[in-house]
Amino acid sequence: MEDNKVIEVKGLTKMFGDFTAVSAITFDVKKGEIFGFLGANGAGKTTAMKMLIGISKPTAGEAKVAGFDVASQAEDIKKNIGYMSQKFALYDDLTVRENITFFGGIYGLTRARIKEKTSELVQELGLQDLTDKLVGSLPLGWKQKISFSVSLLHEPKIVFLDEPTGGVDPITRRQFWEMIYKSASKGTTIFVTTHYMDEAEYCDRVSIMVNGKIEALDTPKKMKEQYKAETMNDVFLKLARG
Amino acid sequence: MSIVVDAISKSYKSLKALNNISFDVKEGELFGLIGPDGAGKTTLFRVLTTLLFADEGKGTVAGLDLVKDYKIIRESVGYMPGKFSLYQDLTVEENLKFFATIFGTTIEENYELIEDIYVQIEPFKNRRAGKLSGGMKQKLALCCALIHKPTVLFLDEPTTGVDPVSRKEFWEMIKRLQQKGITILVSTPYMDEAALCDRIALIQDGIILQIDTPEAIIKHYPKSIYNVSADNMYQLIQSLKAFEHSHSVYPFGEFVHYTDKRTAFNPDHLKRYLAKKLLSNITVEITEPTIEDAFMELAK
Repeated sequence: MEDNKVIEVKGLTKMFGDFTAVSAITFDVKKGEIFGFLGANGAGKTTAMKMLIGISKPTAGEAKVAGFDVASQAEDIKKNIGYMSQKFALYDDLTVRENITFFGGIYGLTRARIKEKTSELVQELGLQDLTDKLVGSLPLGWKQKISFSVSLLHEPKIVFLDEPTGGVDPITRRQFWEMIYKSASKGTTIFVTTHYMDEAEYCDRVSIMVNGKIEALDTPKKMKEQYKAETMNDVFLKLARG
Repeated sequence: MSIVVDAISKSYKSLKALNNISFDVKEGELFGLIGPDGAGKTTLFRVLTTLLFADEGKGTVAGLDLVKDYKIIRESVGYMPGKFSLYQDLTVEENLKFFATIFGTTIEENYELIEDIYVQIEPFKNRRAGKLSGGMKQKLALCCALIHKPTVLFLDEPTTGVDPVSRKEFWEMIKRLQQKGITILVSTPYMDEAALCDRIALIQDGIILQIDTPEAIIKHYPKSIYNVSADNMYQLIQSLKAFEHSHSVYPFGEFVHYTDKRTAFNPDHLKRYLAKKLLSNITVEITEPTIEDAFMELAK
């Protein structure tokens, strides 16, 4: 079972001066799991995620991501994870093809492999007519679907998604979640950070951070039962308001 | 009528941001524009607050014509844009004073209207607006939009990017303002906020899909919806989509919302089909449609 853990976090802590942004959090994420990492603004989830993706060093505790230690093997982590955020996704001034080529290059894919991956991606998303269009001219929903596919170009073990579907129309949103389910069923681990509680409903398990600590961790179903709530939004309100 | 929108269209080059939009908002009503990014919500707000001319159509706000009476409209409405538009370098108090002065009034004169919102940010009144948290910024922006006692209030996505706790507080504030007699037009991409409005317009790609009370929109949903679940979500979705009688298949949290083409639908029949597809732990149960289901059915 140990091999099944793709993320292992033990007592992970981050201090900024006297302020404890992340306070000794401990959790595991399994291979192929869709894990929701929730919290209010300022609860510490961005700080925690920055440590997990190797761009911020922990003050104490340890974490292994894709088998690598976040403190000493940050570069290995970056090569083995994908990342997608709503704020930063693709370059608007590059075409779809150019974006794929660019990110493929960044992740060290060979030219032949990039070519192969491009046609695969275009085929799968039905992008045939859009490959040479500037990304900036595409609707938001398209950008997000392409952006997610691009984050998977180098076949990472884990993809980190930061509020992936905020503002997207409901149908596109479902298509996006279908893509997530598909990669998860192939064994990719999906780590979703969000404060949109309806995104939380789609996760296999969710954790809720309050003031730097993980206050709850379970499946959405069990959490709703435990807090006698109809939705994850209600669970969240109960937890965050104390 | 507090707001009348009559066949308004607006294009940016080849993009039709608003396509022949019409609706009315009654006095004292809380009316929601519900739709995703790019639906045209902000463009409509800009037309109604006289910051943009419509290409076609006409409208009134507080009985005043959008084109002829633009100056009076600006004095009598409050507008909270989606993007934080206060002065980041001014303190909380300075921002509020600034907006009061612009509108020829003082904080004291209309303090009663903003009191229960302002007291929440008053402890930070000497902090620069740029240094406030998201929820605090929204509260300050709302105070600034209210300081001249507007009769109509325009709130463009006030809860976007705000966490659930602040979101709930913000809606409680909106409700209290409505009770004070202010007509409110609010936009949001969150379908679950629709239920908090008196009436809503579902909007996508510059077109209004439906206008009604949230209850009526749900009531008019044309199909029976079933919550379907099984162990493998991806296989479940694929199998349901491949089912010859399926009308719609949408993942919905831990379930899939399924509707069938036939009027006489037997859940056991679907269960047997899914079992043949080697799915396990199958459940099929009837459920209530949501605004989001209605939106997707209309946008289909």
